[in-house]
Amino acid sequence: MVTTFHFLLLSAALFTIGVIGVLTRRNIMVILMSIELMMNAVNINLIAFSDRLQQVTGQVFAIFVITVAAAEAAVGLGIVIAMFKNKETMNINEIDLMKW
Amino acid sequence: MNFLDLIWLIPLFPAIGFVINGLIGKRLPKSAVGVIAAGAVLLSFLLSAGAVYQLLQLEPEHRSHTVTLYEWINAGALRTTEGPIGQFKVDWAFLLDPLSSIMILVVTGIGFLIHVYSTGYMHEEDGFYRFFAYLNLFMFSMLTLVLGNNYLMMFIGWEGVGLCSYLLIGYYFHKKSAGDAAKKAFVVNRVGDWGLSIGIMLILLTFGSLDFKVVGEKVREGVMSGALHVSDPIFITIALALFVGAAGKSAQIPLYVWLPDAMEGPTPVSALIHAATMVTAGVYMVSRSNFIYQMAPQAMTVVAVVGGLTAFFAASIGLVQYDIKRVLAYSTVSQLGYMFLALGVGAFAAGVFHLMTHAFFKALLFLGSGSVIHAMHHEQDMRKMGALRKKIPWTFGTMLIGTLAIAGTPGLAGFFSKDEILWKAFSSRQGHILLWFLGACVAGMTAFYMFRLLFMTFFGESRVDHHAGHHIHESPNSMVVPLVILAIGSVVAGYIGFPAWLGGSNAFEHFLEPVFEPLPIPHGPELEYSHLAEAGMAAVSVLVAVIGFSLAYFKYSKRSWEEQREVRQYGALFPVLLNKWYIDELYDALFVNRAKDAGRNLWKFDAKVVDGVVNGSAWGTVESATGSSWWDRWIVDGLVRFIGGFIKTVSWPVRLIQTGYVQNYALVMILGVLVFIGYVLWGTP
Amino acid sequence: MLELILFYTFAAIAVVSAIFVITSHNVVHSAAFLGATLFGVAGIFLTLHAEFLAGVQVIVYVGGVLVLFVFVIMLISVERAEHERQFNRQWTIALITSAILIGEIAWGLFRGKDTFVLPPVVQRATGPVGNSEQVGTALYTSYLLPFEIASILLLVAIVGAVVLSKRRTPAEE
Repeated sequence: MVTTFHFLLLSAALFTIGVIGVLTRRNIMVILMSIELMMNAVNINLIAFSDRLQQVTGQVFAIFVITVAAAEAAVGLGIVIAMFKNKETMNINEIDLMKW
Repeated sequence: MNFLDLIWLIPLFPAIGFVINGLIGKRLPKSAVGVIAAGAVLLSFLLSAGAVYQLLQLEPEHRSHTVTLYEWINAGALRTTEGPIGQFKVDWAFLLDPLSSIMILVVTGIGFLIHVYSTGYMHEEDGFYRFFAYLNLFMFSMLTLVLGNNYLMMFIGWEGVGLCSYLLIGYYFHKKSAGDAAKKAFVVNRVGDWGLSIGIMLILLTFGSLDFKVVGEKVREGVMSGALHVSDPIFITIALALFVGAAGKSAQIPLYVWLPDAMEGPTPVSALIHAATMVTAGVYMVSRSNFIYQMAPQAMTVVAVVGGLTAFFAASIGLVQYDIKRVLAYSTVSQLGYMFLALGVGAFAAGVFHLMTHAFFKALLFLGSGSVIHAMHHEQDMRKMGALRKKIPWTFGTMLIGTLAIAGTPGLAGFFSKDEILWKAFSSRQGHILLWFLGACVAGMTAFYMFRLLFMTFFGESRVDHHAGHHIHESPNSMVVPLVILAIGSVVAGYIGFPAWLGGSNAFEHFLEPVFEPLPIPHGPELEYSHLAEAGMAAVSVLVAVIGFSLAYFKYSKRSWEEQREVRQYGALFPVLLNKWYIDELYDALFVNRAKDAGRNLWKFDAKVVDGVVNGSAWGTVESATGSSWWDRWIVDGLVRFIGGFIKTVSWPVRLIQTGYVQNYALVMILGVLVFIGYVLWGTP
Repeated sequence: MLELILFYTFAAIAVVSAIFVITSHNVVHSAAFLGATLFGVAGIFLTLHAEFLAGVQVIVYVGGVLVLFVFVIMLISVERAEHERQFNRQWTIALITSAILIGEIAWGLFRGKDTFVLPPVVQRATGPVGNSEQVGTALYTSYLLPFEIASILLLVAIVGAVVLSKRRTPAEE
């Protein structure tokens, strides 16, 4: 039997993988992709509960999440492009202007 | 022309000469300077002669003429504890009476001769103009002294002659000995002046005026009204105070010590100031104040005794001196002693008479010695002279006359005046046989040392240094002519005092009578002596002089002079006499060195304490500055640095958090989330 | 039975692809694997009876966002980046943290395990309408305001993206 519990675990796993990606990788693009992974994990969670509780709210929320993720991806990539014009690198460690 | 009204010009001519020579004399030729200076004195002399001549035309009782130039001081009422006694009013006024007539004639006449002599004697000096400027200043001061009609003008002249004495003694200021002698003269004079000032102040307080005539009147009135008595303490005090001043100026014991040292000055200065004029100021002052002294017989005794002792003491030193001028200096002190002896026994006229004759022959002797020194090229030691009479005959001749005069040779001036004094010492009411004896001894000693001087210098074998011996020549006319004139004066000046016992009129004494009018004080019975007694006394004094001459003749003329012989003669007494009875050394120990010590100690105080305080405050300031700089550097700045460092240290670990890496920030965020989840899971029950 | 297999298949696709996303050296490979992950997630949605969401997921995420990613990678990807280190220096702490994270979440889930057990759904509350209709109805009635706001958000994002990446002419510099 597939219980909700399985979906939640899956979601937790995907989320954690996304966190590892954000914290570990040096390439900007991969970091952004990891963020997308985290968003997807959240979506799975929402849909799972929506299915379990037989309410459509979860799915509506998930639609909004997707919307926001899309917008954020667009803007984030714009920032990446703008950043690249300055420094010509995809290595996030070299963007350290905020260093003390 | 009314000369009597012009007597105020008499001091003025030399004053103008002083101003001209003093200001522009350096740029004038020497002849001009001499003419201006001597000419001024000549004018004063002619004016004095004219004025005295006109005075003589007056009746004896009216022979007193006062010319007031202006009211000098008017300081208001003078009050003592006994009530107002008068006005402090002093005029700048001149008094011509018999006493001042004698003085001005002596001062200007002999002064003129000495000015002429100086033009020759000082011819090679650089400070020629300075010498004559000072000489004229001296004439001005001396004439103010003797012509002034009050004690204050006399005091001004007194101080002025003291100043000129200092300036002229120290004329050769390059020599330390000259400077020292000038200082000594001035300081010792000052001691005398202290006494004189006290005397003058007491006169002002007692009588309310300083005018000679007014004071004399008041004394006379006091005696006649019975308010003032003989031997009143005030008279004795004033008399003694005034005598202290006279002792300083006229070189009596104990203030005579400056006069021998004053021989450091040029010889004309010694002649004019220290023989003829300045030193006689004391005699003049006492004579002027005769009304005071008449009221104080005890003071007069003091004067007579001091005068007599001084005469003897100085003569004893003069017996063995080698410097020709020193002998004459001690002779001057001795003769001044004679004059005070006369004043002290009440013979005021005799004292003034001797003043006049002494002026002639002492000036002559000094100028003559100057001529000798000039011929010997500034050699003054008689031990290096001898047999000069053929080489400088005129000098010898005039000096012979001078020596005869001072020894009291009958027929010359000194005989009459000295004889008068000795007679009065014996016979006067205040006189005493001991005083006469003292005077007689002095007469003998005077004859002895004066002829010793003559024989050592002009007779015997020549001990002159070979090199100097070739240049000995007679002095120029400018020097010889005054010598001759003075020699003539030394002979004839005495005749105006031709005494009664020889049949003369004793004109001099009569002339001075109005000045020395005796006060109406009760006396004891007068002792009457006959003319024979007087003649006998005169014979005794001549005998004494002859004994002195003979001793000198045998010792110094017959046998040539040897130093060892002289020393042996006096035995143990010789070093004492030669060293002036060690009086100078005594004064040094008692006064001079004490004053120097005081000065030194005060200097030490200043250097150590005062300067120490200053240095200490400087040190203190530096130390406190160092301290506050330390405080500022270590404490204040340290505090600031500490705060900075503290913040820096504390912030270091915190700073590390700002790495600038986004992923670090993300990690921290996740960690925060973990904490929250952990709290939710475990924190809540 | 079928549900289980489907679930595990899609789950495996998703998880494995996700792991490859974060561990690939090549960025383009990461993008490809991301696509695979997204497809897997879409499959998960299907098993959860959310057909509309699955479709939206594929169209928007894969067809939009992923393509965008690939475009940008194409534009600015530097050759050099391929040969550098891929993982930064904090990876140890990050792994530990993530481990703790999943541990905490798992533990929380296990603790609340019983709450997930509910009586099986007998009848679907949906009725005869399809999933799309359901979602659409909800969007336009109950959640109209968030819907409009989301549209504005998208507008802002467009404008922002355009502005950020616009080439600056010399006059504007």
